[in-house]
Amino acid sequence: MLRLSAASGLVLATQKLGSITGRDTNLNAVSRKTITIDVNGEQYEREVDARRLLIHFIRDDLDLTGSHIGCDTGNCGACSVLVDGTLVKSCMMLAVQADGAKIETVEGLAADGELNGLQQAFSDHHALQCGYCTPGMLMSATALLRENKSPSEEEIRKGIQGNICRCTGYVNIVEAIRAAAQ
Amino acid sequence: MLLREVEYARPASVQDALRLLGANEGARALAGGQTLINVMKARAASPDVLIDLADIAELRGIELGADGTLELGAMTTYTDIIDSAEARARPILGEVCNQIADVQVRNRGTIGGNVCSNDPTNHLPPLLVAIGATMTIVGPGGERSVSAQEFFLGVYMTAAGPGELLTKISLPPGKSDGFASVPIGKDGTCIVNVAASLNGGATRLAIGCVDAVPVLLTPDSAENAAVRKAVHDANLDPPWDVHASADYRRHLAEVLALRAVAQAAERT
Repeated sequence: MLRLSAASGLVLATQKLGSITGRDTNLNAVSRKTITIDVNGEQYEREVDARRLLIHFIRDDLDLTGSHIGCDTGNCGACSVLVDGTLVKSCMMLAVQADGAKIETVEGLAADGELNGLQQAFSDHHALQCGYCTPGMLMSATALLRENKSPSEEEIRKGIQGNICRCTGYVNIVEAIRAAAQ
Repeated sequence: MLLREVEYARPASVQDALRLLGANEGARALAGGQTLINVMKARAASPDVLIDLADIAELRGIELGADGTLELGAMTTYTDIIDSAEARARPILGEVCNQIADVQVRNRGTIGGNVCSNDPTNHLPPLLVAIGATMTIVGPGGERSVSAQEFFLGVYMTAAGPGELLTKISLPPGKSDGFASVPIGKDGTCIVNVAASLNGGATRLAIGCVDAVPVLLTPDSAENAAVRKAVHDANLDPPWDVHASADYRRHLAEVLALRAVAQAAERT
């Protein structure tokens, strides 16, 4: 864009400088930001690029590689996590959008290394083969069961609609979730 | 995938958001991100600045007026609508939102994002056109209202121009609505969708997925013959793609129009 006057050139330079130094006032946009996030009960403070996806932040910045990237297009759900109790696909959120939020990932399900009831049900009912979709399935099931203590088969299938599995054909996953609900 | 470098701001008011949008030529509003983040991943569009609307309280909320008018803030998510007691005044709204994608997308995706992105296969544009909703837009020039029909201008183009924000959507009172679609897989992208509304004695039909914007038809009556004639006379010229031929879409438009009208008639 053509800037003709020295004054507007100065304004432009100031705006750019503001961005580079990451100064964050109400009316400035920044390209990097320090964010504070609670993940599975632990507080993290990190500086991130505005463009960083939440899934990459969780996996690469926090080393919590339980959440998976299966498609990168928001279809497969392997990246599903809970943000402030809400099930979301973390590949479709920026890390900066989660500033101040409480996140739950699959790593938070087993307390003291003991599989929780849902995880045990997945094991008992052979609800995983390669295991790639499993973290996402577990988080979706966790969200479902918190809201609906005894879901019907239809409700279970609707609850995992956003999670694709290429191995199991879903039958055992549905069984495991039904068993965990009891 | 790596997004292009971008700057990010999260204003707390509509006025601040407008100032930010006005100050940055390459700025785009970020609502739920269920479309825009994917677009940015693929680098189909790479805004220079993202204005996150998440903290703007005045863009949220569902209000049911005493006269039965339903007002939804643009940042209302599909899940908000599905769970809302007020939105049940117009049941078709929650029913259609419940057909969009999956839980994760519905938790973040917003009604404002759905209409402002105006992908021809989206669910809400034809529904809101059939219902005769009103869209409120705020920009540097102030606030104005446009009918849903006038709001949708072209593929990905709406009356909310650069530097403007859609703030709310108002639905007149009514209940005689129908929606029928053939999607790609359960709750998938629509191949053709049709919304019908029979309130106030008039028959309104909006066909999605067949043109850049929803095609609004007003058959003489809700009778099958009248609906068929209206669809036929519309001379639809739908796209051909991997999911359906133009002929099949033309055929579906008629079939789904009949289904949508029948559903609306059942609720009269």
